Amino acid sequence: MPLNTKANLGDADGFYESLVGAHDGLTAAQSEALNARLILLLANHIGDLAVLRDAITKARQNIPK
Amino acid sequence: MNAPLIDRYPLAFKLYPYARSADQDVATPARHPVVIVGGGPVGLAAALDLGLRGQPVVVLDDHEGVGQGSRAICFAKRTLEIAHRLGAGADMLAKGVVWQKGRVFHDRDEIFDFDLLPEAGHRCPAFINLQQPHFERFLHEAIERANADGAQIDVRGKNRVDAMQADHTGALLDVMTPEGGYQIHADWLIACDGARSPVRDMMGLGFEGRVFEDNFLIADVKMTADFPTERWFWFEPWFKSGSSALLHKQPDDIWRIDFQLGWDIDREKELKPENVRARVDAMLGADVKYELDWCSIYTFQCRRMEKFRHGRVLFVGDSAHQVSPFGARGANSGVQDADNLAWKLDMVLRGQAPESLMDTYCQERVAAAEENILNSTRATDFLTPKSSVSKAFRDAVLSLAQDFEFARSLINSGRLSVPCVYDAHALNGEDALAGPARTRPGAPCPDAPLGNGFLLDQLGPDFTILSIGAGLEGTCDVAGQILRVVAVTEDEAKGPIAERYLGDAASAVYLIRPDQHVVGRWPSADVAKIAVALDRATGRVAHAA
Repeated sequence: MPLNTKANLGDADGFYESLVGAHDGLTAAQSEALNARLILLLANHIGDLAVLRDAITKARQNIPK
Repeated sequence: MNAPLIDRYPLAFKLYPYARSADQDVATPARHPVVIVGGGPVGLAAALDLGLRGQPVVVLDDHEGVGQGSRAICFAKRTLEIAHRLGAGADMLAKGVVWQKGRVFHDRDEIFDFDLLPEAGHRCPAFINLQQPHFERFLHEAIERANADGAQIDVRGKNRVDAMQADHTGALLDVMTPEGGYQIHADWLIACDGARSPVRDMMGLGFEGRVFEDNFLIADVKMTADFPTERWFWFEPWFKSGSSALLHKQPDDIWRIDFQLGWDIDREKELKPENVRARVDAMLGADVKYELDWCSIYTFQCRRMEKFRHGRVLFVGDSAHQVSPFGARGANSGVQDADNLAWKLDMVLRGQAPESLMDTYCQERVAAAEENILNSTRATDFLTPKSSVSKAFRDAVLSLAQDFEFARSLINSGRLSVPCVYDAHALNGEDALAGPARTRPGAPCPDAPLGNGFLLDQLGPDFTILSIGAGLEGTCDVAGQILRVVAVTEDEAKGPIAERYLGDAASAVYLIRPDQHVVGRWPSADVAKIAVALDRATGRVAHAA
């Protein structure tokens, strides 16, 4: 199964609010820790290494200079 | 060079004191079929294997025995199986500390535990801990026994190779001894002279790879303690003696303790006994009585030579490849190199296989080295994160591991040595059996109980046919070459041997290499097909594209 890049979130605005809100009151280091924990939890849920590598590649493309 | 022969390290055991050789009193350099440089674990294993096969072997070592220090302490099942075939395994098993369980801690909390070998029916355990000097001593004792039975293994102490000229006929060596220099000619030269290989340097060959910017302190302490016989590993330990720490039991009430010190350290200061003791006291508690037995600080690199064969010069063990110690892949892979090399070189020397067979030593062991470097590099990156984001992910794994099972599989304090499967290599034959994946062509044979003993003991030093309920027994004439058959009857074909070699198949015939890797397998005995596989496995017929 390829990485799904079509809209797939039931409530996109609600997800975005939760994601950003989770960082409220955290230092930059704590935010980095939260992001790392979150990525690992989601990666395990996805499980498929090909999909994960595809996501890593796409995320790495067009990183702002 | 002609520098005087001065010991670079003190000896634990003086095994092969200098004795004048007849080669030192001849006008023209004596010719030897095989000369091995370096009498460490890998050189001794190669010498013993070739000597048991009837090849006269000269081993040159610049010391007269084994250096002090426990160094490589973890010897893996495959290495023990090889040692067993060579006649040194029983002593190692008797002396070594058997372990299979490990625990991983973060700060004060246990976050993970493992058991390496839940599977029964193997002669050898997953690992033993044994000080490297004992490992070498047992190999040397097996060499002495072999020599008493007629083998010709000549281990020459205080014989240092100072110069060499290699060509297509072998190598001419300038050897220095306490009584001056002499020359010998080696038809084949095997360099087992370690990570700083002088032979590699004299040939001007590269050794590229990654340096890891970290230092580890080893403290071997002697104490009677009631810790269980397990590998205990701490990330960021509460006792603050290092950014990681390892505790591991060795024979004779010696415990190996490793502390990760970081990059910018003062080695001399850290090695002062009072500073070592301060770290150990913090870990064990100030009231625990112990003696410091041996201390050392090491750094490490992950690198390999591009090719392990250069004409008639073969690089084996640390001279060819170097890994971090996490995973016990150094000495273990070196002994497995020797296992791969010995039968091939023996066949070449007897004219039973072309010289090109030695290229497959390089191909197969480069693949193994790549696997070991990959595993060891991954473990090292987890232990010593090289950037702040790498550290953030590492710490995230450790913190998640306490609550969530999935994160425990990401914790990497070393993926422990297992033998390489030579998948898709040139010597492999046909896989015509719908058998278990673990015994596919290229795989090392897993052990299994057979009769009153074990399967691997019966495979012997030559190509062997394993017939399971397929009607072969005794010997089998394979296109003029007589192979021994290990016959397992239908009645015996149950339990582990059936699970490991039959799977759902009703019967099976395996062709097995002298190093106990599978060549090919079939559901029934078809001698013509076995003959094709045997020709390919000995390099006599190239792999059909």
